[in-house]
Amino acid sequence: MATLRYQPLNLGRWIVWSGFALLLFFPPLAFTQSFALTLMSQMCIGIVFALSYNMLLGQSGMLSFGHAVYSGLGAYFAIHALNLAGRGQIWIPVALLPVIGGAAGMVFAVLLGYVTTRRSGTTFAMISLGIGELIAACSLMFPGFFGGEGGVTTNRVVGQPFLGISYGPAIEVYYLIACWTFLCTAAMFAFTHTPLGRIANAVRDNAERAEFVGYNPQRVRWLVMILSGFFAGIAGALSCINYEIVSAENVGALRSGGVLIATFIGGAGFFFGPILGAIVYAAMVTAVGTLTKAWLFYLGLLFLVMVLYAPGGFASLILMNLQMARFGQFGRLAPYYLALAAAALVALAGLVGLTEITYYFSLEGAASPETELFGMAVNVMSATPWAWAAGLLCAGAALTALAGRRFRREWDEGQRRIEALR
Amino acid sequence: MSNALELRDVGKSFGKTEIINGVNLAIGRGERHAIIGPNGAGKSTLFNLISGRFPVSAGRILLNGEDITGLAPHETNRKGLSRSFQVTNIFHRLSVFENIRCAVLWSLGYRYSFWQRLNGLADAKQRAEEIMEAIGLSRRRDMLAGVLSYAEQRALEIGVTIAGGAQVILLDEPTAGMNRTETAQAIELIRSVTDGKTLVMVEHDMSVVFGLADRVSVLVYGKVIATGVPETIRANPAVQEAYLGTAV
Repeated sequence: MATLRYQPLNLGRWIVWSGFALLLFFPPLAFTQSFALTLMSQMCIGIVFALSYNMLLGQSGMLSFGHAVYSGLGAYFAIHALNLAGRGQIWIPVALLPVIGGAAGMVFAVLLGYVTTRRSGTTFAMISLGIGELIAACSLMFPGFFGGEGGVTTNRVVGQPFLGISYGPAIEVYYLIACWTFLCTAAMFAFTHTPLGRIANAVRDNAERAEFVGYNPQRVRWLVMILSGFFAGIAGALSCINYEIVSAENVGALRSGGVLIATFIGGAGFFFGPILGAIVYAAMVTAVGTLTKAWLFYLGLLFLVMVLYAPGGFASLILMNLQMARFGQFGRLAPYYLALAAAALVALAGLVGLTEITYYFSLEGAASPETELFGMAVNVMSATPWAWAAGLLCAGAALTALAGRRFRREWDEGQRRIEALR
Repeated sequence: MSNALELRDVGKSFGKTEIINGVNLAIGRGERHAIIGPNGAGKSTLFNLISGRFPVSAGRILLNGEDITGLAPHETNRKGLSRSFQVTNIFHRLSVFENIRCAVLWSLGYRYSFWQRLNGLADAKQRAEEIMEAIGLSRRRDMLAGVLSYAEQRALEIGVTIAGGAQVILLDEPTAGMNRTETAQAIELIRSVTDGKTLVMVEHDMSVVFGLADRVSVLVYGKVIATGVPETIRANPAVQEAYLGTAV
């Protein structure tokens, strides 16, 4: 039986959650550069956002193209509350701002979700796309609230420091975000073990059957959407505190697409999948983004490869390999893994080379043909670098196809042996 | 005392095609009633009307004397009517245990709760385990429903149908596609789990019909042409001509 279940025993569960808390707590002590802190804050916000998205996609079978609406509106309400607090018109501690964002996300999920969750499947996806565009259009129609082109800015340092914490320094903000991330993750995990959480799975699998055991699927989807909107709103408020700016981008389709990609590459079928996805996504956007202008191209490529070869995401890759290891099959696979990795590396080098010189060529062009790639001087006007990159790509692709076939054969053999061992 | 289920002049047409044409049926409490008829007679459609899957075009449907015409399936289910499907209709990516537990949650009053721990609900667990025992799937507890054998999935289908404790059970061809042994087991299973309940079933297999049913109705071209105990139905010339063929 090839069932993969992520259900640690209670002791195991303690270890996992303590480990998660430690992972949130310790890295900033080791990596003190502001870049690392920015990246980690972004990862945490992404984790909350992607987990809230997976309440819809993975747990309830709702493919939404407009989830940024709820995080974005949460962020807008949070930033206006923060500005009001800054002017002394209301009193709200910065640490509790996510509650405002969550409430706003929830209220809009009640209103908009009522419309979207009437239908499921493709129709739901289309309506969510429409609602997303609707709100994005509103951001231009109501510049007073949405701040027009420039967005709304704020200063997160309001009132007197509490216990010496002013939320001025990035490290204090990181720990605030980390605390909320831990709380939200725990709450969303708990949700998967409630009657509504389980019925959401049932509605995902077979909405009609759920109806014939007494549940109204529309109501189930709506309630899940409301709870999901709450957590999305919290993620929005956290990003408002972190960046001190909220703009139309926050409710836009790009953000909605991003959370879908992050959740999918992490693995929508597992609770911890979106956590991995959010980490990889933030790393791609921030780390790769500072290295190359072509980061979006690489992200798209990664997404494509995952959809084609690992539709279960990183989470399922990890679990499948753990299972191989548990039954002592991993050792046999290792050389094939190495061969595959080496071949893929060659192909990747060729692809990256080709992509980078293309980008450089189209952006800088003939004006300054000399650039640097992999530490080597390259002239994009000569044929040599193009030929090298294309050659590497072709050779690498052929080798990868070959190694991939061998690997698959060994993998299937390993699966058969596991079947036999059971 | 009112009937468990009553149909009064129920009709259904899709466009200009009349599929069900003025059906009257009265099924008493605790009765096991079979609906037979040739292919395309409208048996499954009739079930879809009773269970609220399709709206009726005419007539009324009463459950325990209460009008349930026009109710949504989940509302009909909450009133105590549950059904199975001709094509297995279960939660494929959930385990056997979770399938059954989902089916008992509403009737135990947990509704849309997201503030209770599922594993802390002792009554839901116990009820689900009783049902698994009754349908003989206890050993398959943690297997995904989608990978069960066909006969096991059919048993699970019945388990999900009865789990909520409904008093009126509709089974749509529960033994379709089964071999003789499996059919015999299925009959025993149906007999035991519907004990004391009202059962209405669509069935093709005559051994099932005559072995299980107290009364039989024959549906031909959307009309009930005869209702009675199995022996009378077997002897009825109109039925023989319309459906059973003269050989019976």
